[in-house]
Amino acid sequence: MADSLFSQLVGLSAGALLLSAVFLVWRRTQSGSIRLLSLQGVALATLVALIGVHRANFETFAVALLVLLLKGVLLPVLLTRSALRQGEERNTPFMNPTAALFLVALLAVLAYVVSRPLAILGSGPTTQVIPVGMTLVLIGFLLLATGRHAIAQLVGFLVLDNGIATVAFLTAGGVPLVVELGVLIDVLLVVLILRVLTGRIRDVYGATDLDDLTELRG
Amino acid sequence: MRYLLLLSLTVCLLLAMATATLREPILNRFAGIVAATVVLICGVAILLSVLANGPLTVAGGALRADALSAFMLTVVGSVGLNSTWGGLAETKSVSGESWVYPTLVVLFLATMSLAVLADNLGVMWVAIEATTVTTAFLVGYQNTRRSLEAAWKYVVIGSVGVAIAFLGIVLIYAATLAAGSPTLSWAILHVSHLALDPAVIKVAVALTILGFATKAGLAPMHSWLPDAHSQAPAPVSGLMSGVLLSVAFYAILRIQAIAGSVLGVGFLRWLLVGAGILSLLISASLIWAQKDLKRMLAYSSIEHMGIVAIAAGIGGRLAIAAAMLHVLVHGLAKSSGFILAGRITNADGTTEMGALRSLHVRRPGLANPFLAAMVALVGLPPFALFFTEVAIVLAGFQAGLGWVMILLALLLLLNFAGLIRHTASMVFGRAEIEPEIVQPIDHSWHGPRIPIFLALTVAIALPFISRLGHVLSQIADVLKVIR
Repeated sequence: MADSLFSQLVGLSAGALLLSAVFLVWRRTQSGSIRLLSLQGVALATLVALIGVHRANFETFAVALLVLLLKGVLLPVLLTRSALRQGEERNTPFMNPTAALFLVALLAVLAYVVSRPLAILGSGPTTQVIPVGMTLVLIGFLLLATGRHAIAQLVGFLVLDNGIATVAFLTAGGVPLVVELGVLIDVLLVVLILRVLTGRIRDVYGATDLDDLTELRG
Repeated sequence: MRYLLLLSLTVCLLLAMATATLREPILNRFAGIVAATVVLICGVAILLSVLANGPLTVAGGALRADALSAFMLTVVGSVGLNSTWGGLAETKSVSGESWVYPTLVVLFLATMSLAVLADNLGVMWVAIEATTVTTAFLVGYQNTRRSLEAAWKYVVIGSVGVAIAFLGIVLIYAATLAAGSPTLSWAILHVSHLALDPAVIKVAVALTILGFATKAGLAPMHSWLPDAHSQAPAPVSGLMSGVLLSVAFYAILRIQAIAGSVLGVGFLRWLLVGAGILSLLISASLIWAQKDLKRMLAYSSIEHMGIVAIAAGIGGRLAIAAAMLHVLVHGLAKSSGFILAGRITNADGTTEMGALRSLHVRRPGLANPFLAAMVALVGLPPFALFFTEVAIVLAGFQAGLGWVMILLALLLLLNFAGLIRHTASMVFGRAEIEPEIVQPIDHSWHGPRIPIFLALTVAIALPFISRLGHVLSQIADVLKVIR
């Protein structure tokens, strides 16, 4: 693949990653969030596939397919089913969208500052977009901290995880395969566990508004 | 000999499969004990072999045991045995005929064993994250509002914290890639002087330590710990407080050794000492105000992890040896404490310390061992935690951290006073309202005596085993910063 085309495509998929995260902060209906998360998974898989093709590395390409299956399809389907079971609840976040978007801009600046020492890890288009991964991590934190419903927190966790995966593929072309598989399985298991817990919390509390979880103090 | 590394993992996995498929009541009851015993025997055997012949590796270097790994495996086995054996009565009442509980406990032991044996930071990470996966349902096992709330917080905060650690490990890997030899093997990272970029390693190490410190219950990332450890069934609380925290701290020690060879000892020393002092401050203030017996024990674990963090920050032969002994003795004493607290709360039907009074008169069979476990935990002689705490303070003075050590001693006293106050009022304090019906004095131990007795005896005897000194100094050598 020509270098200029590669760098354009990397920029495009990184842009899709970032935009989907920003929209996640802005729009907060559950079904919308899950669709955006799926889009983000596809963008991440595209990025991984690009790196695989560019390095002519079959293993990375196979990992891209796994990422597509897990983060683009399987996890969003799991979340949708969980959301359907509990009925559409509009997620009213703690912050209004304008303030949240302003905060996202600040987080992006912070991500660029944090990523500066990482520029030494290489050159070329993949190194230039490392801050996008860091921004995703920080936005994931924001979603986790401000999400009031179980599904919203789960989405935050997955955005955080996507951010870490983005940084991993951009800085090192991914971690060794055995570790990669372990990480993907762990993420899947955590989501499954949180899904079961969500169901049980709903049975016991009647809703999954996490503001109600206030019995344990001190 | 080296196949012992695989043995403990294989036995645990086979046992888990057996409990999940056969659903045999007797197997369900004893699977945890068998698994813990196998881990303990493997741990001791590997430790002896490592002492004689140096580190063992198997499966192409994927698993590796040096003195530190073998010692940690022994800690997993011994605390596991104490918790599962001592918790037999509780296990029966909690799990009934269910296969889920024993399967998860056995898998939990397997993941901790893998975490200390893997010679790959990535696999170690996967194993530590898997401990969250295996314990999540154990924390929420009782399916009450409180236990579900605790489980939710535990999984979310635990996974996010550990995810941050993974970001750090990714950056370490990227730094080795930039230096020309990509690796995640701790053994290689520690001894070979790769030209790792200090700025990248600094970011990476800070993230990794932050992540694993969340799992190790160090302040200010400790908020999930008292909830999870107080809501889990007593044997699981014993395992989580007694050894899971230490396994997470083991990861910090490994990262610290790598960081030291690139960045020097100063950077991490203040990070760890700061987190340790903050943990002691928080535990001291919250132990004093505590009303719940199991939460008090959980805060005591934050205190002890703080002490270990400070010792790791000090570094050097004396401090590391004391920290490792501290980890083992604390594990034994804390698991005994949780098991006995579980028996007391089951017998009296409450975890409120205000409602538990004059245990010494009413239930001497439970009050006496509980008192012994608490005396061990607050660090009074003859129990070994007294000697390890003195050694850590001395090592701190030698390292020129005099003021910090004075602060540490003060905070230890505060924690001590808080724990003693609550324990004394539960064991000796008189009930405000005398019970109308005088119950017969309850001499029963409400469960197996031998594990508790053994654990507390070992907690006294350990410093007098001369072989152990050799083990501890080898561990200090393993973690020595090579520059």
